Amino acid sequence: MVIYGTSILCSCLLVGLLTGRLLGVMVGVNANIGGVGIAMLLLILVTDRLYASGRMKPPTESGIRFWSAVYIPVVVAMAASQNVFTAFKGGSVAIVAGVLSVVACFALVPLIGRVGAVGSDKKDV
Amino acid sequence: MDLLEILEEVLVKYRLVTAFSVIGLTIWFSYTLSGRLAGGRLHGSAIAILMGLGFAYLGGMLTGGQKGLSDLSVFSGIGLMGGAMFRDLAIVATAFGVRMDAFRKAGLSGILSLLAGVFVSFFVGAAVAYAFGYRDAVSLTTIGGGAATYIVGPVTGCALGASPEVMALSVAAGLVKSIMVMTLTPFVAGWIGLDNPRSAMIFGGLMGTTSGVAGGLAATNPALVPYGAMTATFYTGVGCLLGPSVIFFLIRTLV
Repeated sequence: MVIYGTSILCSCLLVGLLTGRLLGVMVGVNANIGGVGIAMLLLILVTDRLYASGRMKPPTESGIRFWSAVYIPVVVAMAASQNVFTAFKGGSVAIVAGVLSVVACFALVPLIGRVGAVGSDKKDV
Repeated sequence: MDLLEILEEVLVKYRLVTAFSVIGLTIWFSYTLSGRLAGGRLHGSAIAILMGLGFAYLGGMLTGGQKGLSDLSVFSGIGLMGGAMFRDLAIVATAFGVRMDAFRKAGLSGILSLLAGVFVSFFVGAAVAYAFGYRDAVSLTTIGGGAATYIVGPVTGCALGASPEVMALSVAAGLVKSIMVMTLTPFVAGWIGLDNPRSAMIFGGLMGTTSGVAGGLAATNPALVPYGAMTATFYTGVGCLLGPSVIFFLIRTLV
Protein backbone atom coordinates (compact mmCIF):
# COMPACT_ATOMS: atom_id res chain seq x y z
CA MET A 1 0.00 0.00 0.00
CA VAL A 2 1.25 3.47 -0.94
CA ILE A 3 0.28 4.90 2.42
CA TYR A 4 2.71 2.54 4.20
CA GLY A 5 5.60 4.26 2.46
CA THR A 6 4.34 7.75 3.22
CA SER A 7 3.62 6.75 6.81
CA ILE A 8 7.15 5.36 7.27
CA LEU A 9 8.58 8.60 5.86
CA CYS A 10 6.41 10.81 8.09
CA SER A 11 7.11 8.74 11.19
CA CYS A 12 10.86 9.00 10.58
CA LEU A 13 10.54 12.79 10.23
CA LEU A 14 8.53 13.08 13.46
CA VAL A 15 10.92 10.89 15.48
CA GLY A 16 13.89 12.83 14.04
CA LEU A 17 12.35 16.21 14.86
CA LEU A 18 11.51 15.11 18.39
CA THR A 19 15.05 13.81 18.95
CA GLY A 20 16.56 17.00 17.52
CA ARG A 21 14.37 19.17 19.73
CA LEU A 22 15.22 17.09 22.83
CA LEU A 23 18.93 17.44 21.96
CA GLY A 24 18.38 21.19 21.83
CA VAL A 25 16.69 21.20 25.24
CA MET A 26 19.47 19.05 26.68
CA VAL A 27 22.20 21.53 25.70
CA GLY A 28 19.98 24.50 26.56
CA VAL A 29 19.37 25.88 23.05
CA ASN A 30 16.01 27.01 21.73
CA ALA A 31 16.50 25.26 18.39
CA ASN A 32 16.24 21.88 16.73
CA ILE A 33 19.67 20.24 16.47
CA GLY A 34 19.85 18.02 13.40
CA GLY A 35 16.26 16.77 13.54
CA VAL A 36 16.00 16.45 9.77
CA GLY A 37 19.41 14.80 9.54
CA ILE A 38 18.49 12.24 12.19
CA ALA A 39 15.24 11.57 10.30
CA MET A 40 17.22 10.94 7.11
CA LEU A 41 19.47 8.41 8.85
CA LEU A 42 16.40 6.73 10.36
CA LEU A 43 14.72 6.45 6.96
CA ILE A 44 17.85 4.85 5.47
CA LEU A 45 18.08 2.36 8.36
CA VAL A 46 14.37 1.45 8.35
CA THR A 47 14.12 1.01 4.58
CA ASP A 48 17.38 -1.02 4.53
CA ARG A 49 15.82 -3.38 7.07
CA LEU A 50 12.62 -3.69 5.04
CA TYR A 51 14.59 -4.51 1.88
CA ALA A 52 16.68 -7.09 3.74
CA SER A 53 13.60 -8.86 5.08
CA GLY A 54 11.85 -8.65 1.70
CA ARG A 55 8.97 -6.62 3.05
CA MET A 56 9.55 -3.53 0.88
CA LYS A 57 6.92 -3.73 -1.89
CA PRO A 58 6.84 -1.43 -4.95
CA PRO A 59 3.70 0.46 -3.79
CA THR A 60 5.39 1.17 -0.45
CA GLU A 61 8.42 2.50 -2.33
CA SER A 62 6.28 4.80 -4.43
CA GLY A 63 4.75 6.29 -1.27
CA ILE A 64 8.24 7.59 -0.43
CA ARG A 65 9.45 8.28 -3.97
CA PHE A 66 6.61 10.69 -4.68
CA TRP A 67 7.78 13.00 -1.91
CA SER A 68 11.36 12.76 -3.04
CA ALA A 69 10.25 13.65 -6.57
CA VAL A 70 8.28 16.75 -5.55
CA TYR A 71 11.37 18.06 -3.78
CA ILE A 72 12.20 20.63 -6.47
CA PRO A 73 8.62 21.96 -6.76
CA VAL A 74 8.54 22.33 -2.96
CA VAL A 75 11.83 24.25 -3.09
CA VAL A 76 10.42 26.54 -5.80
CA ALA A 77 7.39 27.20 -3.56
CA MET A 78 9.84 27.86 -0.72
CA ALA A 79 11.73 30.39 -2.87
CA ALA A 80 8.43 32.09 -3.76
CA SER A 81 7.56 32.54 -0.08
CA GLN A 82 10.90 34.02 1.05
CA ASN A 83 11.04 37.54 2.39
CA VAL A 84 13.09 38.76 -0.60
CA PHE A 85 11.77 42.32 -0.50
CA THR A 86 12.87 42.88 3.13
CA ALA A 87 16.22 41.21 2.45
CA PHE A 88 17.12 43.83 -0.12
CA LYS A 89 15.62 46.72 1.83
CA GLY A 90 17.60 45.72 4.93
CA GLY A 91 20.37 48.16 4.10
CA SER A 92 23.92 47.77 2.92
CA VAL A 93 25.25 46.23 6.18
CA ALA A 94 22.88 43.26 5.72
CA ILE A 95 23.66 42.84 2.04
CA VAL A 96 27.44 43.12 2.43
CA ALA A 97 27.47 40.80 5.48
CA GLY A 98 25.29 38.21 3.71
CA VAL A 99 27.23 38.29 0.44
CA LEU A 100 30.71 38.22 2.01
CA SER A 101 29.89 35.28 4.28
CA VAL A 102 28.63 33.34 1.26
CA VAL A 103 31.79 34.14 -0.73
CA ALA A 104 34.05 33.15 2.20
CA CYS A 105 32.23 29.85 2.68
CA PHE A 106 32.25 29.03 -1.04
CA ALA A 107 36.02 29.48 -0.99
CA LEU A 108 36.35 27.11 1.98
CA VAL A 109 34.60 24.17 0.24
CA PRO A 110 37.66 22.92 -1.72
CA LEU A 111 39.96 23.74 1.22
CA ILE A 112 38.09 21.60 3.75
CA GLY A 113 37.65 18.96 1.07
CA ARG A 114 41.41 18.57 1.03
CA VAL A 115 41.84 18.52 4.83
CA GLY A 116 39.16 15.88 5.24
CA ALA A 117 40.63 13.72 2.48
CA VAL A 118 43.99 13.63 4.27
CA GLY A 119 42.28 12.69 7.53
CA SER A 120 40.34 9.77 6.12
CA ASP A 121 43.36 8.54 4.17
CA LYS A 122 45.28 8.31 7.43
CA LYS A 123 42.47 6.34 9.02
CA ASP A 124 42.58 3.83 6.18
CA VAL A 125 46.32 3.24 6.74
CA MET B 1 -21.18 37.97 -7.73
CA ASP B 2 -18.84 38.49 -10.64
CA LEU B 3 -16.61 35.91 -12.23
CA LEU B 4 -13.38 37.13 -10.60
CA GLU B 5 -14.87 36.85 -7.13
CA ILE B 6 -15.99 33.30 -7.81
CA LEU B 7 -12.55 32.43 -9.14
CA GLU B 8 -10.88 33.90 -6.06
CA GLU B 9 -13.27 32.04 -3.77
CA VAL B 10 -12.35 28.69 -5.32
CA LEU B 11 -8.61 29.39 -5.47
CA VAL B 12 -8.48 30.51 -1.84
CA LYS B 13 -10.64 27.69 -0.52
CA TYR B 14 -8.46 25.09 -2.29
CA ARG B 15 -5.21 26.96 -1.68
CA LEU B 16 -2.88 23.96 -1.56
CA VAL B 17 -4.35 22.63 -4.82
CA THR B 18 -3.86 26.08 -6.35
CA ALA B 19 -0.24 26.03 -5.17
CA PHE B 20 0.56 22.66 -6.77
CA SER B 21 -1.06 23.84 -9.99
CA VAL B 22 0.76 27.19 -10.11
CA ILE B 23 4.15 25.74 -9.13
CA GLY B 24 3.73 22.99 -11.72
CA LEU B 25 3.10 25.61 -14.42
CA THR B 26 6.13 27.61 -13.25
CA ILE B 27 8.35 24.54 -13.47
CA TRP B 28 7.01 23.57 -16.89
CA PHE B 29 7.70 27.10 -18.12
CA SER B 30 11.23 27.10 -16.62
CA TYR B 31 12.19 23.74 -18.11
CA THR B 32 10.89 24.79 -21.53
CA LEU B 33 12.85 28.02 -21.23
CA SER B 34 15.98 26.12 -20.17
CA GLY B 35 15.73 23.79 -23.18
CA ARG B 36 14.90 26.40 -25.81
CA LEU B 37 16.70 29.58 -24.82
CA ALA B 38 19.53 28.66 -22.53
CA GLY B 39 20.29 25.48 -24.49
CA GLY B 40 20.23 23.55 -21.22
CA ARG B 41 23.23 25.47 -19.83
CA LEU B 42 21.11 26.99 -17.09
CA HIS B 43 19.24 24.15 -15.39
CA GLY B 44 15.44 24.31 -15.44
CA SER B 45 15.23 24.12 -11.66
CA ALA B 46 17.65 27.07 -11.35
CA ILE B 47 15.36 29.16 -13.56
CA ALA B 48 12.33 28.02 -11.56
CA ILE B 49 13.97 29.02 -8.27
CA LEU B 50 14.97 32.42 -9.70
CA MET B 51 11.39 32.92 -10.88
CA GLY B 52 10.15 31.94 -7.42
CA LEU B 53 12.42 34.54 -5.83
CA GLY B 54 11.21 37.11 -8.35
CA PHE B 55 7.58 36.34 -7.48
CA ALA B 56 8.48 36.61 -3.80
CA TYR B 57 9.95 40.07 -4.36
CA LEU B 58 6.78 41.19 -6.16
CA GLY B 59 4.61 39.71 -3.41
CA GLY B 60 6.56 41.56 -0.74
CA MET B 61 6.38 44.80 -2.68
CA LEU B 62 2.63 44.52 -3.26
CA THR B 63 1.54 43.41 0.20
CA GLY B 64 4.30 44.60 2.54
CA GLY B 65 4.12 41.17 4.15
CA GLN B 66 6.91 38.81 5.11
CA LYS B 67 6.07 35.66 3.17
CA GLY B 68 6.64 36.74 -0.41
CA LEU B 69 4.07 35.71 -2.98
CA SER B 70 2.10 33.70 -0.43
CA ASP B 71 0.91 36.91 1.26
CA LEU B 72 -1.48 37.33 -1.66
CA SER B 73 -4.52 35.34 -0.50
CA VAL B 74 -4.90 33.53 -3.82
CA PHE B 75 -1.34 32.21 -3.49
CA SER B 76 -1.38 31.53 0.25
CA GLY B 77 -1.13 27.79 -0.46
CA ILE B 78 2.39 28.34 -1.80
CA GLY B 79 3.43 29.34 1.72
CA LEU B 80 2.14 26.00 2.99
CA MET B 81 3.69 24.01 0.14
CA GLY B 82 7.06 25.73 0.56
CA GLY B 83 6.91 25.96 4.36
CA ALA B 84 9.09 24.04 6.83
CA MET B 85 6.65 21.09 7.03
CA PHE B 86 6.65 20.08 3.36
CA ARG B 87 10.23 21.19 2.86
CA ASP B 88 11.56 18.94 5.60
CA LEU B 89 9.34 16.04 4.50
CA ALA B 90 10.68 16.30 0.94
CA ILE B 91 14.29 16.66 2.14
CA VAL B 92 14.04 13.50 4.25
CA ALA B 93 12.44 11.66 1.31
CA THR B 94 15.50 12.46 -0.85
CA ALA B 95 17.57 10.29 1.51
CA PHE B 96 15.59 7.25 0.30
CA GLY B 97 17.96 5.00 -1.62
CA VAL B 98 21.11 6.72 -0.36
CA ARG B 99 23.84 4.40 0.95
CA MET B 100 24.93 4.82 4.54
CA ASP B 101 28.67 4.54 3.65
CA ALA B 102 28.58 7.85 1.81
CA PHE B 103 27.68 9.66 5.04
CA ARG B 104 30.24 7.75 7.07
CA LYS B 105 33.09 8.62 4.69
CA ALA B 106 32.45 12.34 5.05
CA GLY B 107 32.10 12.20 8.83
CA LEU B 108 35.24 14.11 9.85
CA SER B 109 35.14 16.75 7.11
CA GLY B 110 31.41 17.16 7.76
CA ILE B 111 32.01 18.11 11.40
CA LEU B 112 34.96 20.30 10.46
CA SER B 113 32.88 22.12 7.83
CA LEU B 114 30.11 22.79 10.37
CA LEU B 115 32.48 24.42 12.84
CA ALA B 116 34.34 26.34 10.13
CA GLY B 117 31.04 27.48 8.59
CA VAL B 118 29.63 28.80 11.86
CA PHE B 119 32.84 30.58 12.95
CA VAL B 120 33.66 32.10 9.56
CA SER B 121 30.10 33.41 9.02
CA PHE B 122 29.97 34.96 12.50
CA PHE B 123 33.33 36.66 12.10
CA VAL B 124 32.76 37.87 8.55
CA GLY B 125 29.37 39.27 9.61
CA ALA B 126 30.85 40.90 12.72
CA ALA B 127 33.76 42.37 10.71
CA VAL B 128 31.33 43.92 8.22
CA ALA B 129 29.26 45.36 11.09
CA TYR B 130 32.48 46.74 12.60
CA ALA B 131 33.38 48.36 9.27
CA PHE B 132 29.94 50.00 9.24
CA GLY B 133 30.56 51.58 12.64
CA TYR B 134 29.09 49.12 15.14
CA ARG B 135 31.39 48.79 18.14
CA ASP B 136 29.52 46.93 20.93
CA ALA B 137 30.02 43.17 21.18
CA VAL B 138 26.27 42.43 21.40
CA SER B 139 25.43 44.10 18.07
CA LEU B 140 28.53 42.66 16.37
CA THR B 141 27.69 39.11 17.50
CA THR B 142 24.02 39.47 16.53
CA ILE B 143 24.77 40.71 13.01
CA GLY B 144 27.43 37.98 12.76
CA GLY B 145 24.75 35.47 13.71
CA GLY B 146 22.59 36.78 10.89
CA ALA B 147 25.45 36.09 8.50
CA ALA B 148 25.24 32.49 9.75
CA THR B 149 21.47 32.03 9.23
CA TYR B 150 18.36 34.12 9.72
CA ILE B 151 17.46 31.90 12.66
CA VAL B 152 20.84 31.95 14.41
CA GLY B 153 20.93 35.78 14.26
CA PRO B 154 17.71 36.57 16.14
CA VAL B 155 18.19 33.65 18.56
CA THR B 156 21.65 35.00 19.43
CA GLY B 157 20.37 38.58 19.58
CA CYS B 158 17.53 37.54 21.87
CA ALA B 159 19.90 35.75 24.24
CA LEU B 160 22.26 38.74 24.37
CA GLY B 161 19.59 41.47 24.48
CA ALA B 162 20.31 43.19 21.16
CA SER B 163 18.24 46.17 19.97
CA PRO B 164 15.28 45.55 17.58
CA GLU B 165 17.04 47.51 14.84
CA VAL B 166 20.11 45.25 15.03
CA MET B 167 17.88 42.16 15.14
CA ALA B 168 16.14 43.27 11.94
CA LEU B 169 19.51 43.80 10.25
CA SER B 170 20.61 40.39 11.39
CA VAL B 171 17.52 38.71 9.89
CA ALA B 172 18.03 40.65 6.65
CA ALA B 173 21.68 39.49 6.45
CA GLY B 174 20.52 35.89 6.85
CA LEU B 175 17.90 36.31 4.11
CA VAL B 176 20.48 37.79 1.74
CA LYS B 177 22.77 34.85 2.46
CA SER B 178 20.06 32.28 1.79
CA ILE B 179 19.04 33.96 -1.48
CA MET B 180 22.69 34.22 -2.59
CA VAL B 181 23.33 30.54 -1.89
CA MET B 182 20.19 29.57 -3.83
CA THR B 183 21.09 31.61 -6.89
CA LEU B 184 24.91 31.46 -7.02
CA THR B 185 25.54 27.78 -6.22
CA PRO B 186 24.90 26.41 -9.74
CA PHE B 187 27.34 28.98 -11.18
CA VAL B 188 30.22 28.33 -8.76
CA ALA B 189 29.67 24.55 -8.42
CA GLY B 190 32.37 23.78 -11.01
CA TRP B 191 35.01 26.01 -9.39
CA ILE B 192 34.55 24.68 -5.88
CA GLY B 193 34.38 21.01 -6.92
CA LEU B 194 30.78 20.55 -5.89
CA ASP B 195 30.19 17.34 -7.85
CA ASN B 196 30.33 14.47 -5.36
CA PRO B 197 28.57 13.45 -2.12
CA ARG B 198 31.56 14.34 0.05
CA SER B 199 31.91 17.91 -1.21
CA ALA B 200 28.12 18.30 -1.00
CA MET B 201 28.26 17.40 2.70
CA ILE B 202 31.08 19.90 3.23
CA PHE B 203 29.09 22.50 1.29
CA GLY B 204 26.00 21.90 3.47
CA GLY B 205 28.04 22.26 6.66
CA LEU B 206 29.75 25.45 5.50
CA MET B 207 26.65 27.21 4.19
CA GLY B 208 24.23 26.05 6.85
CA THR B 209 21.14 27.84 5.58
CA THR B 210 18.69 24.97 4.99
CA SER B 211 16.67 26.87 2.40
CA GLY B 212 19.80 28.11 0.61
CA VAL B 213 21.42 24.68 0.51
CA ALA B 214 18.13 23.02 -0.50
CA GLY B 215 17.62 25.48 -3.36
CA GLY B 216 21.27 25.74 -4.42
CA LEU B 217 21.82 22.00 -4.67
CA ALA B 218 18.45 21.44 -6.36
CA ALA B 219 19.54 23.87 -9.05
CA THR B 220 22.99 22.26 -9.36
CA ASN B 221 22.38 18.51 -9.14
CA PRO B 222 19.37 17.06 -7.27
CA ALA B 223 21.33 13.86 -6.54
CA LEU B 224 23.55 15.86 -4.13
CA VAL B 225 20.63 17.21 -2.08
CA PRO B 226 20.49 14.55 0.67
CA TYR B 227 24.21 14.94 1.42
CA GLY B 228 24.18 18.73 1.69
CA ALA B 229 20.91 18.76 3.62
CA MET B 230 22.26 16.21 6.10
CA THR B 231 25.02 18.49 7.44
CA ALA B 232 23.11 21.75 6.97
CA THR B 233 20.43 20.52 9.34
CA PHE B 234 22.93 20.56 12.23
CA TYR B 235 24.18 24.07 11.48
CA THR B 236 21.43 26.19 13.02
CA GLY B 237 21.58 24.17 16.25
CA VAL B 238 25.37 24.49 16.45
CA GLY B 239 25.16 28.21 15.63
CA CYS B 240 22.55 28.86 18.33
CA LEU B 241 24.75 26.93 20.76
CA LEU B 242 28.07 28.67 20.00
CA GLY B 243 26.78 32.17 19.12
CA PRO B 244 25.66 33.57 22.46
CA SER B 245 28.45 31.70 24.30
CA VAL B 246 31.90 31.00 22.84
CA ILE B 247 31.66 33.38 19.88
CA PHE B 248 30.21 36.23 21.95
CA PHE B 249 33.08 35.90 24.48
CA LEU B 250 35.64 35.81 21.68
CA ILE B 251 34.19 38.93 20.02
CA ARG B 252 33.97 40.72 23.38
CA THR B 253 37.66 40.11 24.06
CA LEU B 254 38.54 41.33 20.56
CA VAL B 255 36.70 44.69 20.76
